[in-house]
Amino acid sequence: MEMTGAQILVEGLRREGVSQIFGYAGATICPIVDELRAAPEIGYTLVRTEQNAGHMASGYARVTGKVGVCLVTSGPRATNLITGIATAYLDSIPMVAITGQVPSHLLGRDIFQEVDITGAVSAFSKHSYLVKDAARLPRILKEAFYIAASGRPGPVLIDIPIDMQEQMADVSFPSEVDIRGYHPSVRGNDKQIAHVVEAISRAKQPVICAGGGVFLADAAAELLSFAERTGIPVVTTMMGLSLLPTDHPLNMGMIGSHGNVCANKALAKSDLLIMIGTRVADRAILSPDEIKRRMPSIHIDVDPAEIGKNIQPELPLVGNAKVILNQLLERDLSVDAKDWVAALRSRREEELSREEPLQSGSVTPRLLMKCLGQRLRPDAAVCTDVGQNQIWACRHLWLGGCRFLTSGGLGTMGYALPAAIGVKTAQPERQTVVICGDGSFQMAMNELAAVRAGGMDLKIVLIQNGVLGLVNQIQSTPPYHGPFGVELDGSPDFAAVAAAYGIPSMYVESDGDVERTLDRFLAAPGAGLLIARVAPTASTND
Amino acid sequence: MKQTISVLVENQAGVLNRITSLFSRRAFNIHSLAVGVTDDPAISRITIIVESGNSVVEQVEKQLNKLVEVIKVRTLDEGTFIGRELMILKVSANAKTRPDIMTLCDICGAKVSDVSTTSMTMEVSDTPDRLDTFQEMMRKFNILEVVRTGVIALQKGAGKI
Ligand SMILES: Cc1ncc(C[n+]2csc(CCOP(=O)(O)OP(=O)(O)O)c2C)c(N)n1
Repeated sequence: MEMTGAQILVEGLRREGVSQIFGYAGATICPIVDELRAAPEIGYTLVRTEQNAGHMASGYARVTGKVGVCLVTSGPRATNLITGIATAYLDSIPMVAITGQVPSHLLGRDIFQEVDITGAVSAFSKHSYLVKDAARLPRILKEAFYIAASGRPGPVLIDIPIDMQEQMADVSFPSEVDIRGYHPSVRGNDKQIAHVVEAISRAKQPVICAGGGVFLADAAAELLSFAERTGIPVVTTMMGLSLLPTDHPLNMGMIGSHGNVCANKALAKSDLLIMIGTRVADRAILSPDEIKRRMPSIHIDVDPAEIGKNIQPELPLVGNAKVILNQLLERDLSVDAKDWVAALRSRREEELSREEPLQSGSVTPRLLMKCLGQRLRPDAAVCTDVGQNQIWACRHLWLGGCRFLTSGGLGTMGYALPAAIGVKTAQPERQTVVICGDGSFQMAMNELAAVRAGGMDLKIVLIQNGVLGLVNQIQSTPPYHGPFGVELDGSPDFAAVAAAYGIPSMYVESDGDVERTLDRFLAAPGAGLLIARVAPTASTND
Repeated sequence: MKQTISVLVENQAGVLNRITSLFSRRAFNIHSLAVGVTDDPAISRITIIVESGNSVVEQVEKQLNKLVEVIKVRTLDEGTFIGRELMILKVSANAKTRPDIMTLCDICGAKVSDVSTTSMTMEVSDTPDRLDTFQEMMRKFNILEVVRTGVIALQKGAGKI
């Protein structure tokens, strides 16, 4: 079939089942955008800055399990997208980013709006292509989507010079991919599975540590079955939050420097650590050496390079978490961890039922998070930003069954709002809530345009403490000498900003009003902003 | 400890960039790196010498394997492979010093590849430590320039990676 590069690309996207693109048009991508006009079945969201195209595609991918697609043009548009790509890379989000590029015969001459974007993202993309022949586009697209979604998912970049978009080529579309050096493992080695079963049966105080990889493998249900069948308690990393409901009898909470006491205790006291889909990063496990010294571990991960990178396990098991958990579930699993769970459970309940003295004049974040979570529908999605708001949400947001999304790996401020827009774009009916700080919100609030344009009933909870809270907290602790450069002076009237986008606001300023205001806020139709006044001195350690 | 890693990659633009960027990003130290096409023009072989302990080399191997264009990676065990490096070395030379230089070339298996009234250029292919020795011996004649390729290596016997 004789087609232009742009036609090939759009046809390829169709064949990959792409139904949504987050993008920003510009000169060097015009041939493709022109073809998109003729493809109304592919939705298109115009972002207000390219970074957010990445975050929207991320939110979209995380709730649909499909590859998120973003499309921007060359030069500054491509460099603006970099943070979106890096954020997706660190959280292993399946994504295909398409960038326009200057004409191929001018590459390397530093002409107007030329940057080497494939070079720039090489350290934090799973793979990238610079298209030098339009005839290769069908294969490149097929490979890009396959690489992005398989094994350990991640972002793949396709950089397309404008002349390649215009070039005619006679092509056919491959239905299969075969990449000589890329064969991700899926099934766990049967011998290792047997060893794992044996190790589990010998353990008295085993604990499962589950990470974001479980979501990526769509294995939340299998994890739950495995935990319930064996009675082994579960702790999660930040990326694993919401795998189990907060009050599930086996859920001991989130581990790490910002985690729950009970979860960290469970980790420290266990005699067998079963890690599933987690890379054991520093925020989760501060000293892997200490863990290694104390207890044997099993590490289940789809990426062999994660095994032994931060912690050397006794039993490595490489493969897809869903497949491996099913392999384990086929076995006879007998564990007696009742006493161990009971002891942890009482600690956990103590933590969960802790009552706060009520404050007036400001809101206690712990109370706000708990009450907010308890009011959400079981299938809701919550996106948090980065800073104290994220940590409060991680520790205290009641997760009844809803999905928790955050930028765990890169910790990118401004992630929450665009990610939530991505969720809403995919699933307009799904109750979706943003939790952000007044600093983070100002990094992304231009995207309220998409909320308005899409008529989304997105709810935004803004923790207004007037400072870059987490930095303020760090600076207020030795060896530092006090806050500097963290007061958000000159911030706008957030309610007026929201109103300018046609979004109504509410305030909550004291603990006594939290429940009532949340009820009204969540019940109101359409989009809404809830501004919660929190003291600048409130700490994540409270 | 120096370790020798042999890597088969797809012979495509950008592959070398990905590999070197991986080394710098993961703070792996490359001692030398040599690339060339194999018998199959679609595949290149890269020989990398790294200065690291075993656990680091294991991580290097795993990270290399993650690159899509990397087809195979193997760390070659000491004594099981032939490792050679090519050096071209230029020294000052005149009628008086030339015979001494020639004698050393003979002993070390170096070949004279160019000569002028004031210089001599030799090439020698051998193990890196023998090249070091040759270079050391030449020092007293005033070395003008040296170039070394880095080691290339192949497993002994009929096996392939
Ligand atoms: C893009 C980006 N810039 C800077 C930081 C560093 N940082 C981490 S938390 C934080 C403060 C966030 O302030 P705010 O959004 O008001 O949230 P709070 O901590 O007050 O809840 C900063 C500046 C970051 N993580 N990401």
